[in-house]
Amino acid sequence: MATEILMPALSPTMEEGTLAKWLVKEGDTVSSGDILAEIETDKATMEFEAVDEGIIGKILIEEGTEGVKVNTAIAVLVEEGESADDVEASSDAGSDDDEDKAPIDEPMSANPGASVAVVVPDEMDIPEGTEMKPTTVREALRDAMAEEMRRTPEVFLMGEEVAEYQGAYKISQGLLDEFGAKRVIDTPITEHGFAGIGVGAAFGGLNPIVEFMTFNFAMQAIDQIINSAAKTLYMSGGQMGCPIVFRGPNGAAARVGAQHSHDYAAWYAQIPGLKVVMPYSAADAKGLLKTAIRDPNPVIFLENEILYGQSFDVPVMDDYTVPFGKAKIWREGTDVTIVSFGIGMKYALEAADKLAEDGISAEVVDLRTLRPMDTGAIIESVKKTNRCVTVEEGFPVCSIGNHISAVLMQEAFDYLDAPVINCTGKDVPMPYAANLEKLALTTTKEVIDAVKAVTYR
Amino acid sequence: MAAKKTTKKANVSKEELLSYYRDMLLIRRFEEKAGQLYGMGLIGGFCHLYIGQEAVVVGLEAAAKDGDKRITSYRDHGHMLACGMDPNGVMAELTGREGGYSKGKGGSMHMFSKEKHFYGGHGIVAAQVPLGAGLAFSDKYRGNDNVTFTYFGDGAANQGQVYETFNMAALWDLPVIFVIENNQYAMGTAMARSTSSPDIYTRGAAFGIKGEAVDGMDVLAVKEAGEKAVAHCRAGKGPYILEVKTYRYRGHSMSDPAKYRTREEVQKMREERDCIEHVRDMLLTGKHATDDDLKAIDKEIKGIVNESADFAKESPEPDVSELYTDIYLEAEA
Repeated sequence: MATEILMPALSPTMEEGTLAKWLVKEGDTVSSGDILAEIETDKATMEFEAVDEGIIGKILIEEGTEGVKVNTAIAVLVEEGESADDVEASSDAGSDDDEDKAPIDEPMSANPGASVAVVVPDEMDIPEGTEMKPTTVREALRDAMAEEMRRTPEVFLMGEEVAEYQGAYKISQGLLDEFGAKRVIDTPITEHGFAGIGVGAAFGGLNPIVEFMTFNFAMQAIDQIINSAAKTLYMSGGQMGCPIVFRGPNGAAARVGAQHSHDYAAWYAQIPGLKVVMPYSAADAKGLLKTAIRDPNPVIFLENEILYGQSFDVPVMDDYTVPFGKAKIWREGTDVTIVSFGIGMKYALEAADKLAEDGISAEVVDLRTLRPMDTGAIIESVKKTNRCVTVEEGFPVCSIGNHISAVLMQEAFDYLDAPVINCTGKDVPMPYAANLEKLALTTTKEVIDAVKAVTYR
Repeated sequence: MAAKKTTKKANVSKEELLSYYRDMLLIRRFEEKAGQLYGMGLIGGFCHLYIGQEAVVVGLEAAAKDGDKRITSYRDHGHMLACGMDPNGVMAELTGREGGYSKGKGGSMHMFSKEKHFYGGHGIVAAQVPLGAGLAFSDKYRGNDNVTFTYFGDGAANQGQVYETFNMAALWDLPVIFVIENNQYAMGTAMARSTSSPDIYTRGAAFGIKGEAVDGMDVLAVKEAGEKAVAHCRAGKGPYILEVKTYRYRGHSMSDPAKYRTREEVQKMREERDCIEHVRDMLLTGKHATDDDLKAIDKEIKGIVNESADFAKESPEPDVSELYTDIYLEAEA
C-alpha cells in the first residue's frame, strides 16, 4: 500500500524546516537507511533517511521549499505496481491538537469596549526613521556577541560546542570563522570546571561569555556562579569584580523531561551580586546581551529555546543597547496589569489580545531584567489598573510572581482591588508525556482566567 | 630543638637565608598572635592557622616574579604575608575592621589584593583550583609569561573539579602551578583514610601533567622545585604539579582539638622538622648570623606583629553604610 513520507521533526522544538535537497527522484527504489533528502532547520542541515523500502512514487514538495511544516507529506512511497494516487488524500500539516492555539492565531478583532492600542516598543534613542529588520532571537544573540567581540579583544566565548559545531543551538554560528579559536573556545563537557575557569579569567580582567548548553547543566557549576562570581566583589571589599556573562537556554523546551526543562529565573534572581536578564523579543535579546557583556558584574542571561527561532523587528543601528532594570510596556491598558518576562510574554500578549475581544483592557509589562527589577513600573501600572496577574513558567513556590505580589502588597496595597494572581508552572517535575507537559506549563487560558478572576468578570 | 640538617650542600646566600628566616618567622608570629586574638574574642568565625607550613609559601614566593598570581583556600594568612601584603590589613580583616583588606566584609577566609596579585582566600574546598586555572588562562590569552600559583590541600585534591581543571589546563597548556599543600589531614581525616593513593603528585599523569613531591619543611627544597615548575610554565609547556609535604601544628581551625592525631606525632614534627629551626640552624652553623643577630630579627618581627594587632584592635568597625556597598560595580556610561 502506498504510504506518505512526512516531513520529520529533527529537534524537540522544530516546527518547520526547509526541504533543501532531494537525493532521490520519482521512480527510484529505496531501502531502509537510504538518504532521501536534506532537511535544513534553523539549527542545522540534517540528512533524512528512508525507514521503509519501496519506490518513490511521487515527490510532493519540491526541493528548496521553505517553511515546510513538520508532518506534512513530502513524498509518496509505493510498492511495485502501485500508483502514487492510491494514497489517501493527505492531511494538513502538523498534528495540531492545541485547542487554544488556533483561535489565538486569528487576527485580533477590534472591540470598541477595549483599548487595543498596541504600543510600539518604547526603546530609547532609536532615531525616527530607523530601519527595522526582522531578526530571529538566535541571530540577535549572535549579532550581539559578534559586535561586542569586535569592540574589544577582551571578550571571548567559551562553552560546549560553541566553536566548530557552531553552537548546540547555533547561537554562535559563524563566530569561530570571524574570531578564531583563541576567542571562541570549545570546552570539554565539564561545567563545574569551565565555569570556574571563566570566573578566574574574569578575575584576571577578561570578559568571558560562558555558554551553558542549557541552564539545567549549570547546576553542576552553580557553586562557581554564586560562591565565586557573585560574592567575591563584596568579600573583597570592592576590589575583585567579575565581569562575566553566563548565558544559554533556560526553562522548558518541548518534550525533554524533568532534567532539561527547569526555569531558573527565581533561583538566580534571589542572589545579591548577580544581575539576571530574561529577554522575550529579539531586539531585547540583542540590546540586553550587549549591555550584559559590558556590565562589570556577573550576569545571568536566560534564553529560551522555543524563542530562538522566532522573529521580531530589531532596529538597524550601529550600537543598539537596552538598559538593565527598565521594564517595557508592550501594550497599554486600563483594567489589569499583566506582568511577565521571557517566554511568559507570549502567554501574556496572547491573553491580552483575547481579553480585548471581551472588552477587558490589559496592560502588559515585560520585566526584561529580573535583577535589578523595575518594580516601579509595575507599581505605576497597578496604580492605574488596580489589578495584577503575573505570568512565568517556573515553579510556583517562591516564584518571581510571589515576589511581585509581596512588593505590591507592601508598596501598593491601597491601590489593589483584588488579590494578585500568579500564573506559574505547576508544582511538579516536568513530565515527558505531551498532554502532561502541556498541563505542567502555564497557558494563555490560565492567564485569561486569572484576569477574569481579578477583574470579577 | 635540632632541626634535621639539609642533606645536600645548599648554594644559598646569607641574605637569602636571612630573608626566608624573617618571612617564615613573620608568618609564625603573626599566626600565634591571631590565635591569641581569637581566644580573646577579637577574631570570630573560622580561623585556620598556617603554623608549621611556612616554608611552602616562602619557598614558592622566592621562585615568583612580579606579575605572577597566586590563589589559595581559606588557610590563607601565610600566603598573604609571603606575597607582601600588609600585616596590619590582614590582621584588621581578621578582627572585622574597616582597615582590613576587605573592609571587614570578608574575614579570615576571604581576602584579596589586586596590587599583590593575590586572588583570595576561598572558602569552598577546591573552588580556587579552576579559578587559578582561569587566572592563568587570562595571562596566556594576553600573551605574557606570568604564571599562577594555585594552592590547595590534600583534602581538596579529592574534589572532582580539580580533575576537570587538570584536563583543561593540560589541554590548553595553561601556565598554572598546582601546589598541593599536603599537610596530611583533611580537617580531621588522615590522608590514608580519605585518599586511595599516597602520591597525589602522580594524579596529573593521566592528563600528561608532570608532578613531583617536595619536602615542604625545607624552604630551599621548595624554592628549587618551585623554580623548576615556574621555568616549565613560563616556557609555555603547560601546567605543573608540586605536592609539597608539610605539616600543620595547630588544629584544622581554632575550634579543632585535633584528637585525631597524637600529641607525640605533632611534637616529633616540631622538634625534628620545623622549617624555621632548619633555617636558623643553617644560619648559625654556617656562621651567617649570630644568636644576637637572630634575636634582633625576632624582636623586629615581634614589633611588626604587635603593631598589626594594635592596628586591628583600634581600627573601627566598618561604617553601617558599608552593608550595602560593593555588591555591584557601576557600569560605565
